[in-house]
Parts: sequence; structure tokens; C-alpha cells
Amino acid sequence: MSDLKVNIGSLELKNPVMTASGTFGYGLEFEDFVDLNKLGGFVVKGTTLEIRQGNKYPRMAETPAGMLNAVGLQNKGVHAFVKDILPKIKHYNSHIVVNVAGSKLEDYVETAEILNSEKDIPAIELNVSCPNVKEGGMAFGTSCPAMVEVVKAVRNVWDRTMIVKLSPNVTNITDFAKVAEDEGADAISLINTLLGIAVDAKTRKPKLSTVTGGLSGPAVKPVALRMVWQCYNAVKIPIIGMGGIMNTEDAIEFMIAGATAIQVGTANFVNPAVTGEIVDGMEAWCKEHNIAKISDLIGSLEV
Amino acid sequence: MSRKFQKKLKVLEYVRINELHYLLKMDTGGANAVFEPGQFVEVLVPGAKDAFLRRPISLHDVADDNSSFTMMIKIVGEGTRALSEVREGDELDIVFPLGHGFSINENHKKVLLVGGGCGVAPLLHLSKVAKEKGLQPYVLIGGKTANDILEADAYRKYAEVAIMTENAELGEKGMVTDHIWLKDGLKDFDFVYTCGPDPMMKAIAALAEEAGIGCEVSLENLMACGIGACLCCTVHTHEGNVRACVEGPVFNANQIIGWNQNENCHV
Repeated sequence: MSDLKVNIGSLELKNPVMTASGTFGYGLEFEDFVDLNKLGGFVVKGTTLEIRQGNKYPRMAETPAGMLNAVGLQNKGVHAFVKDILPKIKHYNSHIVVNVAGSKLEDYVETAEILNSEKDIPAIELNVSCPNVKEGGMAFGTSCPAMVEVVKAVRNVWDRTMIVKLSPNVTNITDFAKVAEDEGADAISLINTLLGIAVDAKTRKPKLSTVTGGLSGPAVKPVALRMVWQCYNAVKIPIIGMGGIMNTEDAIEFMIAGATAIQVGTANFVNPAVTGEIVDGMEAWCKEHNIAKISDLIGSLEV
Repeated sequence: MSRKFQKKLKVLEYVRINELHYLLKMDTGGANAVFEPGQFVEVLVPGAKDAFLRRPISLHDVADDNSSFTMMIKIVGEGTRALSEVREGDELDIVFPLGHGFSINENHKKVLLVGGGCGVAPLLHLSKVAKEKGLQPYVLIGGKTANDILEADAYRKYAEVAIMTENAELGEKGMVTDHIWLKDGLKDFDFVYTCGPDPMMKAIAALAEEAGIGCEVSLENLMACGIGACLCCTVHTHEGNVRACVEGPVFNANQIIGWNQNENCHV
């Protein structure tokens, strides 16, 4: 058996396969399709301090090899998460990562503080890159000074693994990777969705209620791979790569480009069993290619 | 809620109803699934490069022993066109059964089921189960032309059937709301179920409220996953935003904001 273990800071994952926030609910929605114990970790839906109803319908548009979404961080808030949802998922033998989002700095800090008292959450992923909310979200992830503030402030109250999820909607993503590293992040994850719009020619209206939304799916994979590779060459902290991963080979490509672990997002909508299939697929791929340790693949791109 | 399955299911039967509509009968592949009327399935479309996401399709009929189900499909785009090209014996990757279906109250006697166009699809299974539970279902089917009236005879096994077409090609001339059952006779019914275009369902919901009877509607929101994860198919209800794919697609009409009264969405 090949060794699929990888480390994200002090967090050891039994394999590199995680789920991307907002595409896997709280894991519970997938219990009929995937053995959650099999995953390296799962990242739950973006969680805010207060309940959020999200954006108006319509919130999605199918696009060539992908989709646009404008959900807008609909969630029941951190208190409801801790009280109602965490008890149902904490028994899984897989790391639960909470994606933390907010409209202002204090919200991120307070949400992280509340989660810090829950011992079953080994890591948080700081969402400074949601493109679908009016305030906060991506604003923190597309300005270096704003990102310094939020990463520093959360670092002060969160003592376990902290991942910062980066936006691709910037001129140079490595500037933001470096900010995350300098301010004490244990890892970065990328990419969040790319800002786009879809137009209905017949009605001359946008297909999303918010006009703009976030593009995901195989359409974004080359952009995501490029950004992972750039960040791999710019920082020393581990990278969690995502963007259009549909199968094992896609996942392996991200590791070769520099990712230590990967997240599967939109593919969960198309094939709800895909994450379990990629775990099995990685094992088979390593065997076939005589890879004893999957971590040897990280950043092995020959250029 | 019953267990969900993801399986490659074999096409047992393909029936072309007309140029735009067809039926696909699928073997459930030995899955021990429990189906409720009004539930739906998510179908992966083979060989359509721009149909990336699964297509949500309602259950039209289910075999008594749950060994097969039938989908009634209208060609509306590349995905449903590609699905129209499958052949008997082909396999389709399907996630099933999904969502929350129609509620059936065994204390009700007469219930009215109103379908518009391909929206009639889930009403066959509903009329069958309603009849089995001792209710008397009446099915009212409407469309612009005779081509929009799909498989009307199938319903006669379980229900009294009436047809309305706008051009009078079939049944009476007019819209479903012109039919006596809805126009004057709604008080004789205990409950009304409807599936079809939103304006039709809204009109029926308003008539049901006037008549003082309950009304369930089946929504057709755009969705990505169908299993409650993506939150794209949101429905704005008095209890907040909920998912058409889990809490729906069937809702009590007065749960939905803006359907029975003139009110604005609160988000």
C-alpha cells in the first residue's frame, strides 16, 4: 500500500482529498454516497457569526464546462453550527474544517473565538475570497492591507491550524500568499471562484440575481493550476489546490503543480461519490506509477 | 427521508410522445428505493458537452414493486435533447429518489390535480397513490394545443380526467382556470395539487385560498446538485430561504413568499 499521508501544518491528513466549502454542505448531505471516514478532511459550508439568508433566486447558471453561482454565504450562523450540526458530524474519523466568513473584521474574530472552544474542530479556513457578498468577503482577500488585518486578528484568537483561502480575482496572487504566510497562516487554499457573468440574449438580462457570480468547474482548472504553481514557488507553507478537479488525474496534476492536498468542489454536484472515488484512485495511481509516498509528488513539475 | 442511490440504470423502454416529449422507463437496478409522488431524480447526460450538470427530472410513474420508474421529459435544451437520443438497453447514471413530495391526507375525499404542459408529469404517480389510499382524484390537464396534452389517457385508470386547450383542439377551449372544477366547483374538493408554469400555479393557489382549501405546488427551480449541498435552488419562504431540492420541490402554496398575498421578498 502506498503512503497517502500528507501534512497541513501540524494537521496530518490520511490522504490529500478534502472537499471545497459550499459544495459539500455539512457532509451529512453526502452520507448516502461517500464514506466520510475515508476523506482526508471535509470543509463545511462558509460559516458566519449571524444567520444569513443569502442572495435572491436565481443563484446559478450553467456555463461551458462549469457553472456560475451566487449563493451569498447562506448559512445558519456559527451558534447553530456548533449546537445543531457539529454533534452530528464530529464522530467521523476525518478532519472537520470550518470555513469562516464575515462582513467585518470583528465577525471573523468572534466566529473564530467561538469555534476555538470546540475541540472537535482541528482547523479553520479563512474565507477572504467569497465573490458573492456585498460587504466583506472578497474585499478582505483582494487588498493586501485588509488581508494583513484579518489574518493577524484571527491568528491571535485561533491556536490550531489556520488555512487562508485565496481569491483568484487579483493581479498577482503570490502577493496574497505571502501576506498569509507572513501573518502566520499554516496553509493557503486556492482558488476560490473566478468572477463572471452570464447573459440571457433573449431577455437581455443577467442570469443571476446578483449580475455577477463565481465561476467554477473544469473551465477554471488551467487558471487554478497556474496559480498553485506560482504560489508554490513563492511561499513555503503548504498549498491546498482546487479548481475544476473532476477525477484522480486532475487531483494528481494539482499535487505535481505544488499542492500538498486538494479540494474537490463543483464535481460533488455532478458525481456525489467523486471524493471517495478519488481517494481510491490515488491509491491505484501511486501503485501503478510506483510512488511509495504520495507526498513525493508535491511540486514535482519538471520545467 | 428514505435512502438515496446513485446508480447506472438501464433504459427499459423509450416512448416518443411527440416531437418535443418522450418517456424513459428505467430499471431501478435492484435498489431498495422508496418513492413518493412528487419526488424527482437527477440524470447525468451522456455525450452533451455543454450539459455539465445533471438534469432534474420528476417521477412520472413508479412500478408497484418499485422495480422501475418512468420519466416524462420535454426537450428544452442540449441536455434533454441528448437524453432523447438514448436507446432501450442503454444505461444512464441517475441519483434517486430526491426531494420532498406531495402529502396525501387520507381524510380527504375528492382531490383536484391540475397540470399544465409537461408539468402534468408527477400527477400520474400522485393520482395512482391517491386512489390507492382511498381518495377520489380528479385530473385537469391544460395546454396551448393538443400537442401539449401528454398521455392524458394514462390518468383515466385512476381518476376522472378533463382537458382544456387554448385553441380548442382537445377537450374544452380555454385555460385550466376556465374549467368548472376550478371556476365554480373548487369548494367541492378537499385539496388541490398543481404542477406547471408559475403563473398557472399562482392562479390556482389564489383560487384555492378563496375556496378555503389547501394547495400544494411543485416548483421547478434551477439546481446544481439536487441533494441539498449547493443552495442554488433556493425558495424564499416565510420560514426563510429553503432548498427546492430537499424541503421541496413540493410546497404548500401559502409557505412561499409572494404567492398568495402581495408581499415582497425579505432578502
